Amino acid sequence: MGKTLSEKVWDEHVVRSAPGEPDLLFIDLHLLHEVTSPQAFDGLRLANRSVRRPDLTLATEDHNVPTLDWDKPIADPVSRTQVETLRKNCADFGVRLHPLGDVEQGIVHVVGPQLGLTQPGMTIVCGDSHTSTHGAFGAIAFGIGTSEVEHVLATQTLTQARPKTMAVTVNGSLPDGVTAKDLVLTLITHTGTGGGQGYIVEYRGQAIEELSMEGRMTVCNMSIEWGAKAGLIAPDQTTFDYIEGKPEAPRGADWDAAVAHWKTLRTDDDAVFDKEIELDASTMTPFVTWGTNPGQGAPLGATVPSPDDFDEPNDKVATEKALQYMGLEAGTPLREVKVDTVFVGSCTNGRIEDLRLAASILEGRTVAADTRLLVVPGSVRVRLQAEAEGLDKVFIASGAEWRGAGCSMCLGMNPDQLAPGERSASTSNRNFEGRQGKGGRTHLVSVPVAAATAVRGTLSSPADLPALAG
Amino acid sequence: MDKFTTHTGVGVPLKRSNVDTDQIIPAVYLKRVTRTGFEDGLFAAWRNDPDFVLNNPVYAGGSVLVAGPDFGTGSSREHAVWALQNYGFQAVISSRFADIFRGNSGKAGLLAAQVDEKVVQRLWDWLEDNPGGEITVDLESRTVRAGVGEGAVEDSFDIDDYTRWRLLEGLDDIGITLSHDADITSFEAGRPSWKPVTA
Repeated sequence: MGKTLSEKVWDEHVVRSAPGEPDLLFIDLHLLHEVTSPQAFDGLRLANRSVRRPDLTLATEDHNVPTLDWDKPIADPVSRTQVETLRKNCADFGVRLHPLGDVEQGIVHVVGPQLGLTQPGMTIVCGDSHTSTHGAFGAIAFGIGTSEVEHVLATQTLTQARPKTMAVTVNGSLPDGVTAKDLVLTLITHTGTGGGQGYIVEYRGQAIEELSMEGRMTVCNMSIEWGAKAGLIAPDQTTFDYIEGKPEAPRGADWDAAVAHWKTLRTDDDAVFDKEIELDASTMTPFVTWGTNPGQGAPLGATVPSPDDFDEPNDKVATEKALQYMGLEAGTPLREVKVDTVFVGSCTNGRIEDLRLAASILEGRTVAADTRLLVVPGSVRVRLQAEAEGLDKVFIASGAEWRGAGCSMCLGMNPDQLAPGERSASTSNRNFEGRQGKGGRTHLVSVPVAAATAVRGTLSSPADLPALAG
Repeated sequence: MDKFTTHTGVGVPLKRSNVDTDQIIPAVYLKRVTRTGFEDGLFAAWRNDPDFVLNNPVYAGGSVLVAGPDFGTGSSREHAVWALQNYGFQAVISSRFADIFRGNSGKAGLLAAQVDEKVVQRLWDWLEDNPGGEITVDLESRTVRAGVGEGAVEDSFDIDDYTRWRLLEGLDDIGITLSHDADITSFEAGRPSWKPVTA
């Protein structure tokens, strides 16, 4: 019997396997940021251990960093201490760091791919659940906790039980104006937040193959939101073209050897998945969340559901609590939900393609009078590229705020937070209670929906906007 | 890590599904650089509500949390486990845990006991009849118990063999792995030269 893609990548990294024990997996790339690493470095010091492979480790500052005045010391002393702790740890243990102010600084999951460090067939971990993003390149990539961060620092390996395998096949093509974000939000509402639990998922089918690398990263990024261990996509020409020429990509004979291997990273025709799901992309529409977990979503054209729409008692209670928290009434058309703040950014949708798409909708239009639009590039490189293309001018002309790079309002560890009761349309990945600020209410949306919502002030898609004159 | 064999303590019913790690500890509480002191952030938003279960004096000193399905979803923050432990919890019982949370619990020494959904409901019912009652989680026999006689609850829970063994023995994961150093070195020698490096 053949092997699935994830089984091939897994098997290539097994250092040690014994009956009744989890496998010991080698880790090709370990990414670090300031929030989940300090206690791990402390653990190394206490045990008098070193970082085994600093040459396979990379750190950046992203969660706490301000997106205004980023050239000044961080105002919040606690955030500043955490960032300074990372700097000291990287200096003490010889780890490469891209700090605030560095041209390669940014969200860890934007930085890895743009440096060309994220490549097919790798194992990649980070103390961050959205590490699944890197699966877009055909890598096994997943988030770990701080104890595991310490384990990888000390040993460059992880003990991991082999997950089950699942295929999500998305047939057909996405209609115009429907994006990778809509696809993955549709999937999560279909499966629920626990549907992927215990599985490494391979996304496949025509709609997946037709996605750009940015789109594939958006899909894989949200694998964790339906509970999957990891999500990955077989590498193809789109993948190779994206990597070629990146600063850390292989060159010359190394490139040829790498591509020859990467081309073997496909699920064999006779391989069997433990579970399969099929979806039809051609029927998908702009999709938004109404509740307080990413599985509580609906097409933009729908109305806010009622607890009575659900059969399971847990779902009824969860819906009731969500509507109460979100300040929504069942039956309200989602298009009539008024939004205070729109956030474009994050490791889900903060890449250059996302900013180009947002700018194409905002060009010649104005952000609604009582709505705030925050555009936060995923990395300094993305910011500089956007500015080179004049996108910043489009955003500023529309009335948006153009900011520096970081995680920003996705989780509000820096000053970019919602006020209690404030409602956002956000291109990020989590609509949990208080995620974007205590009492804040989040609707997860695609980039086009975010841009159109900023213009109309209520949840909208570009199709709802009047055509521009001329 | 301390050995975990069995624990008996006040059971706390948390009648919610999808308790994500942002609820367990919001991001603004993650800025410490230590492993202690996170109890202030535990369920910080919900604790503002006087009716929240942890604000009920009956559950003061609670150490066994009984929660709805999909506990610990979302962020990989191990701070969620530390916050529960710092507050005094030794075990969480749920019908389904998110992978990363369960992994973090096993590493940090918090017992994540997975039971059938019906068992969660029976424990909730039992706690309603016996507020402040104690629940036992016995890792050696993999059982949860509450009460005696009529209405008592006793059932098995799931935990993988390897995590159970590590918790029972109180073993340090890194120490175990370093005993396989020769395997790691030999694996490293066989890696292709074109694999990327950061240095």
